[in-house]
Order: sequence, then C-alpha cells, then structure tokens
Amino acid sequence: MAKPSASNQQSRVTMQSQGSAYIQHHKLMAVDSLKRLLAAPAASLMTWLVLAIALSLPMTLYVALENVKQLSRNWDQSSQISVYLKKGVMSRFADELTAEIADFPNVSSAVYISPEQALKEFSVSTGLSDVIFGLDDNPLPGVISVIPRLNSQDENGLEQLQQKLEALRHVDSVQLDLIWVKRLYQFMELGQRLVWALAALLGLAVLLIIGNTIRLSIENRRDEIRVVKLVGGTDAFVRRPFLYTGLWFGLGGGIIAWILLSIGLFWLSGPVEQLISLYGSDFSLKGLGFSDSLLLIFDGVILGWLGAWLAVSRHLSTIEP
Amino acid sequence: MAHVRFDRVSKSYPGGHQALTDLSFELAQGEMAFLTGHSGAGKSTLLKLIMLMEKASQGQVLVDGVNLARVANSQIPYHRRRVGVVFQNHQLLFDRSVFENVALPLRISGYTSRDLERRVRAALDKVGLLSKEKQNPIELSGGEQQRVGIARAVVNKPSLILADEPTGNLDPKLSGEIMGLFEQFNGVGVSVLVASHDLALINRMDYRVIGLNQGRLAGERAAGGVRG
Repeated sequence: MAKPSASNQQSRVTMQSQGSAYIQHHKLMAVDSLKRLLAAPAASLMTWLVLAIALSLPMTLYVALENVKQLSRNWDQSSQISVYLKKGVMSRFADELTAEIADFPNVSSAVYISPEQALKEFSVSTGLSDVIFGLDDNPLPGVISVIPRLNSQDENGLEQLQQKLEALRHVDSVQLDLIWVKRLYQFMELGQRLVWALAALLGLAVLLIIGNTIRLSIENRRDEIRVVKLVGGTDAFVRRPFLYTGLWFGLGGGIIAWILLSIGLFWLSGPVEQLISLYGSDFSLKGLGFSDSLLLIFDGVILGWLGAWLAVSRHLSTIEP
Repeated sequence: MAHVRFDRVSKSYPGGHQALTDLSFELAQGEMAFLTGHSGAGKSTLLKLIMLMEKASQGQVLVDGVNLARVANSQIPYHRRRVGVVFQNHQLLFDRSVFENVALPLRISGYTSRDLERRVRAALDKVGLLSKEKQNPIELSGGEQQRVGIARAVVNKPSLILADEPTGNLDPKLSGEIMGLFEQFNGVGVSVLVASHDLALINRMDYRVIGLNQGRLAGERAAGGVRG
C-alpha cells in the first residue's frame, strides 16, 4: 500500500517514549483531577465527609468488638470448673483426687476446698455467721476448684474435660462456669457478623455516593469526552481522569474517617479506662493499629476507584461523538 | 489505490430516515475534493461514516483499503487518529489553553512533552497562531478558533483531513484563508475532503466537486472545469 509521506511520519512513537508518555499522562491526570476537586472545596468536602462517616461506622463497631474480645480474654483465663464431691468423702480421698486431677494434661491447677473451709469462707463473705453457727450440720460439699489449661479455640476440650471429671469416683457433679463465656462468644460472633453486614451495606453506599458524584462530573465534561473520543482517545484514556477522581474521593474519605475515629477513641478512652479500673482491671482501650488504619484508608481508595469505574463504564458508552 | 472508497453505501437511521442511498465514489490518495449539497443532503453522514461515528447500513466504506465494517470497536480510536477532522463549530475545549487544545491528539497518541511541544508549536505556526498558544480559545475570534481546530486536526500529521462546513460562520475573506490552509496541506500530499454549501467559494477554487442531493450522488465536476 503506497501511502504518502505524511502518513509515514504520523504516529511514529517508540515503545519507550509511549511508556513514559503513559506515565506522564497518569501523573497529569492525577494532579488535574485533584485540582478539580480542590477547585470546588465545599462540594468536595461534603462528599468527603459523607464518605468518611460511611467508612467510619463499621470501623467503629469493629474497634469496639476488638476491645470486648481483649477484655473477655482475661475472663477466659480466669474461668474455672467446680468439681463437687459427694457428701461424706473423707479428706484423704479428696486430696488424692485433687492430686490426680492436677496431673491431667489439660488442667493447669486443682485446689481442694474442704466443707469446713467453704463454710468459713461463706460466713465471712456473707456475714451470716450467726445463721451458720445455728446449723446442726455443714450443708456444703467439698469442692475441687479446677483451672483448665484453656485453648480458647477448643470448646470441645472443655466438655471432654467435664465428662472426664464427672466419671471420677467420689464426684457428685461438675459445674462448668463457662456458659456465660460461651454466650459472650456467641454475642461476639453475632457482633462480628453485624460488622460485616454493616461494612457491606456502607461499602455499597460508598460505591453509590462516588458513582453518583462521578456521574455528575461526567455530565459536566460531556463535551470534552466527545472531543477526546473524536480525536482517537481510547476508552482507557477517557476513563483515566474519572478513576483518579474516584481515587481521590476514596483516599480523602478514608483519611477523614481515620481522623474522626481517632478523635472519638481519644475522647472515650479516659472514661472507659476509669470505668474498667473500677472493676480492678488494668484494661486500656485499644485504638486503631497501624494495619487497621492502613486497611481503612486502603478500603476507601479501593471503593472510590471501584465506584468511579462502575459509573464510568455505565455512562461513558452513552457519550458518542 | 483510492484513499477513501464508498461502494454502494446506504445509511438509514432508526426511525426510518434515509440519510444516504446507494452512494459510490472514490477519493484518490493526495486528492482534494469538495462535497456539496443542501443541508440534509447527507454530507455530515458521509463524513461520520469515514470517521466511524456511524456505520453503514449497506455497502462498504474503505479507507486505505480497510473495510470499516470490519474495524473492531476497540480499534476505532486508532482509526480516528489517522484522520484529522475539522468541524463547523470547531469543538474546542474552553477549560484549557490553545496549546492544550492542539496537544490533545498527541497526548492521546502517547507523545512525551518535548516531542509534543515541538509538534504543537509547528502546527500553531502553520495556522499563524503561535503567539496565542497561552490564551484560552474563548478569547479568540471565530476565524482564529477555526484555525485552532485545524491545527488540532493536523498536529498528528494525518494522511486524510475531513472538514465539515469549516467556513460556515466566517466571512468570505476568512473563509478564503481557511481554504488556503487546506490547499497547503493538500500540497504536501494529504488527502482532503471538505463538505461545504458555500458554492461561491467552491467555484473560485479549482477542485473536484461531489454533489449530494437527498442522500444520492447528484453530480460530479472534475477539477479543471473552472473558467478563469
């Protein structure tokens, strides 16, 4: 095909210069789209705040849950099993049994509390010593207090231990003081799912907010898009500034969400720690860790980019020269 | 080989409007020609088919021997980069300078700054607007805006230039200048197809004229037919 000389020179771009031009255009678009956002500071700030609120809500719940988890871990370790002995078991047998239980591999310690000891503790702690002295007979059984070596993941392990203890001689009944811990775990499981559901819903909200904002900016730049397509702009080229806009929205939203959350945590940490210290725990409110913070901001960026992508692919095809 | 070839092309729009009917013609490599006819005769549709802004309902449009019906959607941008277009309303962007308007096709094609600046200045120099590169096109006169549009159309050195009523809003003197520019490009081997209904202007110039009437070929006049 004989082409005139003009066409031979046209579009003679080497791969290398094309690559650097590609990067150059990315930089240009990144800066340009940020400038456009900052050119309308009030509108942009409003969008950023809405995004920040949507992002910070599930994160708040997540932080709360993490703190409850941390708190319950302490309780978990102090959980114990009470092994009630049959009435009239001689203390010699009780001591032997206690030693036997203490040797179980998944038992951390076992302490025998004799009926007399128990009665004494009871009268001291309740102040009902007069009533107790009036009793003919000690109504309390001997108890072996067992602290299991707990593997928090292994719920069955506890039940097996319970069964094993129940099968022992002289044992009347075994009380596992863990039902409420289990309940707490159930609640936390529920809470975790709530976090996920909330995160999914609000993530969707972020997508829609950004999608709508990008749609408006596409409408505003309709002429430009038409001209770019006319002079041979690919879809990727047309999409690029809008993807950067979405990215900036997401990044700004993520950073503001992080700031909101940090302020909130700082504001709460004093009272919460005081409250917990009343219960004799040296608990300190766990804030957003570095990786959580990064995750929050990264989520914002990804959602922003994705929302822009959805909006652009939906609306760009309707603008043809 | 013909640069542009229409082979029994028909174009009808949804709703039944028949824009072009059984149209055949050729534009040779390096040829300059006018496309005339009343508004609604199908001039714009014809140009749109070459630009792949529309696709033919029947028949074939070939550019550089490539059947445009076979160009995949993803390849359309690359096809358009090989064709320069000038519009009546020049389609400039008023949110950026004259320089950036002209630079747009080069940014799209992937030129780096240094190359890009050189080419943009060369194109602006050719249309006599080098001194106004930093201005916003909205500050320019109609004729100047049209010249910016032309600079943008030629900055990528296309082998084919299409113009749709490029002198529509201009007085005869400015129109003559614009046509002079097209003649210059044609002089270095670029094929040029100008749609215009300005018969007075066309008759002053000695080029082939393709007449359209209601979407059909209504007559042709070969170059060299103009008397003194």
